Amino acid sequence: MALPSSPTDFTLAEARDALRARAISSTELTSAFVSQVAAARPLNAFITETPERALEMAAASDVRLSAGEARPLEGLPLAIKDLFCTRGVRTTAASRILDNFVPPYESTVTQNLWDAGAVLLGKTNMDEFAMGSSNETSHFNPVVNPWRARNSNQSVVPGGSSGGSAAAVAGRLCLGATGTDTGGSIRQPAALTGVVGLKPTYGRCSRWGIVAFASSLDQAGPMARTVRDAAILLRAMASVDPKDSTSVDVPVPDYEHEIEAGVKGLRVGVPKEYRSDGAPSEIDRLWTKGIGWMRSEGAEIVDISLPHTKYALPAYYIVAPAEASSNLARYDGVRYGHRAADVRDVSDLYERSRAEGFGAEVRRRVLIGCYVLSAGYYDAYYVRAQKVRTLIARDFVKAFERCDVLLTPSTPGPAFALGEKTADPVSMYLNDVFTVPVNLAGLPAVSVPAGLTTDGLPLGLQVIGKAFDEQLVLRVARSIERAAGFDATPNAWWRAA
Amino acid sequence: MSVDKKTVRHIARLARIALKDEQVEPMVNELNNILAWVQQLEEVDVAGVPPLTSVVEQRLKMRDDVVTEGGQADALMANAPQSEENFFVVPRVVE
Repeated sequence: MALPSSPTDFTLAEARDALRARAISSTELTSAFVSQVAAARPLNAFITETPERALEMAAASDVRLSAGEARPLEGLPLAIKDLFCTRGVRTTAASRILDNFVPPYESTVTQNLWDAGAVLLGKTNMDEFAMGSSNETSHFNPVVNPWRARNSNQSVVPGGSSGGSAAAVAGRLCLGATGTDTGGSIRQPAALTGVVGLKPTYGRCSRWGIVAFASSLDQAGPMARTVRDAAILLRAMASVDPKDSTSVDVPVPDYEHEIEAGVKGLRVGVPKEYRSDGAPSEIDRLWTKGIGWMRSEGAEIVDISLPHTKYALPAYYIVAPAEASSNLARYDGVRYGHRAADVRDVSDLYERSRAEGFGAEVRRRVLIGCYVLSAGYYDAYYVRAQKVRTLIARDFVKAFERCDVLLTPSTPGPAFALGEKTADPVSMYLNDVFTVPVNLAGLPAVSVPAGLTTDGLPLGLQVIGKAFDEQLVLRVARSIERAAGFDATPNAWWRAA
Repeated sequence: MSVDKKTVRHIARLARIALKDEQVEPMVNELNNILAWVQQLEEVDVAGVPPLTSVVEQRLKMRDDVVTEGGQADALMANAPQSEENFFVVPRVVE
């Protein structure tokens, strides 16, 4: 087989095949990625690197590979978002309040990956508690996007909250990564870094052992260079888990199986509410292109309306903070995590540990959540938002009576400069305008890289499917990937930094 | 609806997050910006619409009420900021 010039240029599928053909060993492959990770520290994509563990796992995989006992991900080096608990490896959620936390247990999703033979390269940086859309709320400093605009030295954000995972995949620091997506935290950074990011149906991947943000919305998923790689990873990550009562009893199919089947005869819905006001943006132009690709591949284009789309973000910014304020009540400075020094009494211990441990965005969201759940405001804010959520979910149900998948842009724009949107929380929230409705309805959706702006920054298109229709979502995404022929890569400026 | 300083101090107390005096005013403004923005939900006619509490259409699973992974006190205590003989230690609560 034809090998790329460097093993870090392999896709995950190519690396899998090369390992099985014994063209390369996992130790060689893993060493190459360990060096890439170390050389890419200017990106700040990792909070914790685990090179020794990676090489031990690779050596164990090489034994299995020689014995012909390879499991589905045998010897493939991955990066794990620092929201997944990993036994014996510090897990911070990018928060000061967990900066010394070493879990005594393993999340179900990561356990599934290790059981499939994958290799841990390290834990990736993210927005604190997954609250953010630019990776700038991390206690461990922002991640820098491997991409820069053409002829520019300006750093841009990788998106968030899974910004470290996105940057690690885009910068070829790993073969694939895990992310989590509560309002767009896989798909938005995937779009901004030119990689594939899939948010599965709520209940497809176990939430057990993932630091909780908003439990009715959180879902883990893969981030990878290609649609096929995302399919391979999803199959390994997904499971039915007795430890998560919202894990749904649906068998995990082979997501790779029908991925090349194309879109001929499919009905692709185009929701008019995702069109931006005013002059068509670069995003609109890319979307129009995507619609054209679908049509020329034999799909039928159906005009769809999702009338409550504009209310998704405000509903989300009530529901998600409400759940967060409840989930984050556990950080009390007593059982684990940061504890304030020299406290007066137990109230002072709670209040100061939490004030010192949480960053500004987390404090803001916990307070908003606390307010909308408080006596006298619960019905006006929280219950109303939950009703609007019903209307948003119904919009999708209606739409899927007339089409098989929906095609939309992933984000309202490309990667922006560090610091550009931090002063105004609401302007930051607007980044998730196209991704949040999907979480509110619990549906699967993928962002696939589809082109570059005139400045040379990547843009993505989003494919949304019916619940548990990941196979079709991936098949359509593969069709876009093939039509787009997206093969641009960031120039590795950080190596000279 | 909007919040004032008194309300912000109250919810910060409910959330057990200490706010310094100089943090209260900026927090009032930040929260009011967000609340003004979510106000648009009032335009939506939600009469007769039930609140969505779960997107999963399946009955909540039941399991036998038995210990599954017990007997791990050492692992549970390993991250405690302060402990003594497998108890978490906090400042005196009862005088």
